[in-house]
Amino acid sequence: MSDIKYLETHEWYLMKDDEITVGISDFAQNELGDIVYVTLPEVGQEFEKGAAVVEVEATKTVADAYAPMDCTITAVNSQLETEPETINNDPCGDGWMFKAKVNTVDDSGMSYQEYETFVS
Amino acid sequence: MVSGGNASSLPLVGGKPEPTIKELSSPGRRASKFPKLDVPEVKINHESLKKEKARLPEVSEHDLVMHYSRLAHRNFAVDLGFYPLGSCTMKYNPRFADSIASDSRFANMHPSMPEQFTQGCLKVYYEIGNYLCEITGMDDASFQPPAGASGELTGLLIIKKYLEVNNLNHKTEIIVPDSAHGTNPASARMAGFTVVEVETDSRGMVNIEKLKEIVNVNTAGLMLTNPNTGGLFEEEILTISQIIHNAGGLLYYDGANLNAIVGASRPGDMGFDIVHSNLHKTFATPHGGGGPGSGPVAVKSFLREFLPGPIAENKDRKYNWYHPENSIGRMHGYHGNFLVTLRALVYMKLLGKEGLDKLGSYAVLNARYLSSKVSKIIPLAYDEPCMHEFVASVKDLKKSHKIKAYDVGKALLDKGFHSPTIYFPLIVEEALMFEPTETQSKETLDDLAESLKLIVDDLQKEDTVLEDYPKNLPVGRPNELIPAKYLTVNWGDFELLEITE
Repeated sequence: MSDIKYLETHEWYLMKDDEITVGISDFAQNELGDIVYVTLPEVGQEFEKGAAVVEVEATKTVADAYAPMDCTITAVNSQLETEPETINNDPCGDGWMFKAKVNTVDDSGMSYQEYETFVS
Repeated sequence: MVSGGNASSLPLVGGKPEPTIKELSSPGRRASKFPKLDVPEVKINHESLKKEKARLPEVSEHDLVMHYSRLAHRNFAVDLGFYPLGSCTMKYNPRFADSIASDSRFANMHPSMPEQFTQGCLKVYYEIGNYLCEITGMDDASFQPPAGASGELTGLLIIKKYLEVNNLNHKTEIIVPDSAHGTNPASARMAGFTVVEVETDSRGMVNIEKLKEIVNVNTAGLMLTNPNTGGLFEEEILTISQIIHNAGGLLYYDGANLNAIVGASRPGDMGFDIVHSNLHKTFATPHGGGGPGSGPVAVKSFLREFLPGPIAENKDRKYNWYHPENSIGRMHGYHGNFLVTLRALVYMKLLGKEGLDKLGSYAVLNARYLSSKVSKIIPLAYDEPCMHEFVASVKDLKKSHKIKAYDVGKALLDKGFHSPTIYFPLIVEEALMFEPTETQSKETLDDLAESLKLIVDDLQKEDTVLEDYPKNLPVGRPNELIPAKYLTVNWGDFELLEITE
């Protein structure tokens, strides 16, 4: 848990060498409610920091998950295409959304404690 | 408390849920019979011929009528109780307008009849066009768009055509505030524009400094509703329109909130170039499932030739249909929703100039009265005097008691009221948006406030299970997840229905 960092836009990322794994926080999935559909990016797509990468559709709303830093997609969690509820059940584990190669390192995310304070 | 707007006395509120028609089905029962075959039978041999019988529910005519009548009795409606749905202007629809619209001389008129036989109908369009232009401060109107969102698209297509004709194709950006109705950015995208969002300031109004930063040579226009969705009058509207006009853009007025200002101020005087009105809101024609709606678009004279036709005009004491030269094309078959337009004209004539002059003020008075009562129960989102609607937020109750706007809306149903709009505008957390309209009495507003206090107290009690609300309705909280994931719209999808059950 301790290596996971959070953004103000409620994504989490885990950086290992030059690769990040990204998902949305437990707080975010709770706010969205039951997630019914997820539109994932394609492997190889490039995103700038702050660009919308994943579209998350819940019963009453649609939200975007943004790129935490400039990156190129290396893998997506295709389980979410058939079982989007995985995000509700395990947002920071099996509910990860994509992995990406970091193009410009920006490790400015909040720690878990900082994020907890931010959302409360 | 006793009030005219409380529907808790409805005899069919409570009791068991109505069975589905599939559950009422029994093999062999029929509600209708085909006449005897009196022509030679022909065998059809075609690949698309179905091999199996359609799996339709089989019920007797009486069971069928009882089923739908019971469902109809359980429908909440403006005619049954108070419907404080913010941004929707759910006002009373006068019966007199209905009786005029059912007159066979209007109701049986065919839209293809030649002009010389439909002079009365043309006069209806001509007169209401003039009234609407007078009320909104515009010059010409088209009654083609059948609804508000269609009116928005019409307006945006007019901007697009205007830019094309004037060789201003580089102007591709439409500015929309973050508090706007969701239809605004959607209409702009549908018309082929890029949407640029402008932030709202801490008072709940368009942030002028941010607007100045965003506006550039590519700005095609701005879409705004005034009062905005926070129920606040955009005080800087003249500055806003100057900023947009200086950049060569046009101003579009989303008429969803027109009810607040009728008789007091006019979009045309604020600098707007295009206005849509929702006759099914501001001008008291049926709204929602009882529609259809009507979203006429009015413009300043320099945009007249882009309007969708036909438009009724009067020449040499004779009415005729006019087709604008550079028209964006039709938005509807024939002449728009005529009988709806007629109802709106009757409403305007019933109120007269004197009544219309007071319309907005009374709507605002009712909203301010209710907001002062609600603010003592749930804090308001903005510390500004409201117009025709106001926004409250239960974000504090969510922190302290996990009570969401959704829970308050659901619990209010038990008390005989429709829920206010929830989770809108999007920029207010846990928003509840109330719009009483001028057609509710003081007693009804008092009753709603009292009921709201009771349920907010109830929901905070230690042994409360939020999911139990509403407690007195035949259906509690429907599962919203499964229908969203497995949408079932066909009679044949019974297997799918079973999964969802």
